[in-house]
Amino acid sequence: MTTAQETIVLRGHVIDSLILAKVLDLILMMGGSFDLDQVEIGRTREDQSHARIIVRAPTPATLSHILHAIQPHGAVVEREYNCVVQPAPADGVFPDEFYSTTHLPTEVRLNDTWVDVLRVEMDLGITVDPQHRTARTVPMADVRKGDLIVTGQAGVRVIPMQRPRERDVFAFMESTVSAERPHSHVIADVARRMRLLRDERRAGSGQAKVLLAGGPAIIHAGGRDALTWLIEEGFIHVLFCGNALAAHDMEADLYGTSLGYALTVGHAVPHGHAHHLRTINRIRAIGSIRAAVESGVIKRGIMAACVRAGVQVVMAGTIRDDGPLPGVITDSMQAQAAMREAVPGVGLALLVASTLHAVATGNLLPAAVPTVCVDINASVPTKLADRGSFQAVGLVMDAASFLNELARQLGRSM
Amino acid sequence: MSRLLVCPPDYFDIEYEINPWMRRSNTVDHVSAVRQWHGLMHVLEREVGAVLERMRPVPGLPDLVFTANAGVVVGRRAVVSRFRYPERQREEAYFEDWFRSAGYDVVTLESEFFFEGAGDLLGFSDCWFGGYRQRSDIRAFPLLSDVFTREIIPLELVDGRFYHLDTCFCPLSGGELLYFPAAFDADGQEVITERVPEGSRLVVPENEALRFACNAVCAGKHVVLPAGCPETERQLQSRGYRTHSLPLDEFMKSGGSAKCLTLALD
Repeated sequence: MTTAQETIVLRGHVIDSLILAKVLDLILMMGGSFDLDQVEIGRTREDQSHARIIVRAPTPATLSHILHAIQPHGAVVEREYNCVVQPAPADGVFPDEFYSTTHLPTEVRLNDTWVDVLRVEMDLGITVDPQHRTARTVPMADVRKGDLIVTGQAGVRVIPMQRPRERDVFAFMESTVSAERPHSHVIADVARRMRLLRDERRAGSGQAKVLLAGGPAIIHAGGRDALTWLIEEGFIHVLFCGNALAAHDMEADLYGTSLGYALTVGHAVPHGHAHHLRTINRIRAIGSIRAAVESGVIKRGIMAACVRAGVQVVMAGTIRDDGPLPGVITDSMQAQAAMREAVPGVGLALLVASTLHAVATGNLLPAAVPTVCVDINASVPTKLADRGSFQAVGLVMDAASFLNELARQLGRSM
Repeated sequence: MSRLLVCPPDYFDIEYEINPWMRRSNTVDHVSAVRQWHGLMHVLEREVGAVLERMRPVPGLPDLVFTANAGVVVGRRAVVSRFRYPERQREEAYFEDWFRSAGYDVVTLESEFFFEGAGDLLGFSDCWFGGYRQRSDIRAFPLLSDVFTREIIPLELVDGRFYHLDTCFCPLSGGELLYFPAAFDADGQEVITERVPEGSRLVVPENEALRFACNAVCAGKHVVLPAGCPETERQLQSRGYRTHSLPLDEFMKSGGSAKCLTLALD
């Protein structure tokens, strides 16, 4: 986390005396920022006013300077409590009153010091190591008996999202989802960010990754070539998908169909419904997607591009899967853990045409990661927004149109 | 009729340095100091018509003479000072004893809230001002506001030579204010101009402010102030005040003058 913060209170006749204004000016002049958490203004001249102010600074040292400067003007650091921990009663079980995380940056107070919680993700617990003064999130299934788990709300604070410096669609993170919203400027902003991240990676000045979580509708709807191009051009670095996207992508390469439909002419071909099963069977026989690509069996498409571009792929299975393909993780908890491992370092996420993968990925992402959720069904981006992934910008449109326009804006000639 | 607490300068001296005026090398002429103090008492009693309550001086407490810093008194209630410097903290018990023996309802603040009495808390009937940053802690004022149910506007003192509010700020009985603006920061100056109408603000020139023209005692239409402040006297006289200027330079060696030597009790 790049900010340090402390809550201060100011009491007295602080309005007319300009003391409040002076304190706020000092905070800003010294490079900090503030949120007026609570201001009660006295109703009569004799009544005193009361302000509770959250002071933030880019570094702990700057925060300390600011606090030093404002304390003579009556700003008092609010009394703070250490977090309360209890040992986990059994493997996979939190103590009753465990603190449930949000996806916002979070700190816990350990031995009178605020400590960042690592690997922030929503709906987890927090385990602390008082000896090393560290704290990290922990999924319920991963907790071990005796782990010290934060309970209650005391000594835990959640840092609200700072508005990004960029003045684009993500700077106004709003969860409104509407089919009537114009798409082009949103896609243009996404493209701008992707170009920036790729250029930074190529120049060695940045490591942020672009994650795409996608469903098989990308193939059915005709977005396969665009996505392949985006991967080949280095715009995408992590792919989350299920058995189907990979199977239909390779089916298209082997048979020219997607779930039996000829992609070029758009009608069912005889016995086409079995193409995806034959594809899966073929890859199972070869042993892995990588081997199928490297041996030249699979020549083009999304999976081939991922293998060649070194894109990290996590394939999570579901109960309706055929096969599945080698590499598909059929244990949901293991799949979730594999996705979780791939999330750190993600700087932009595209959730395209997949309800389950979109929601699962949205849950794993810290709030600070800009996210675009594209689905032809408004309920998916709405569901994400409802679940608290409010950093998601929702686009109600079909996957192919989105990917084609994105690739076009990034320089793909049609 | 004004009632004032005073303390004879039997042990007045400069035994330490806790403000820019104090120099231990700057010896007090004790005979002269006693003469000046009695001169002030004479004017206060005989010309101003004040009633003086004399507390007993204590050996080893040279600044007990500056009773303005004993605390602040409203009606029968007295809040005792909490001095910032240990050198003067020893005075607190004597001031508290005096208030108790005189029958006041005594309020004490926690020791972490420095508050130097009427030296840093002055005002008009409807609004008080509290000087902070040099000696008193701004956090004392909300507590005092609770005790006295008054508005207290804090004013930051930015010049160490004007280390108490009463060295640069003197509310007068007719609603005027005698003051030296440069002793306050820009916010403080703005607040003063908002609270005191232009025609009521009497600005003291710097050379007279440095003679502590603002450290004056105002009782009715009488103003007692140190000698050598003709422009201040002229302004006061033009508002109908009768001025009494007195030599008090022995006390200036310690950073105090007429006002510092008295505490208004009513």
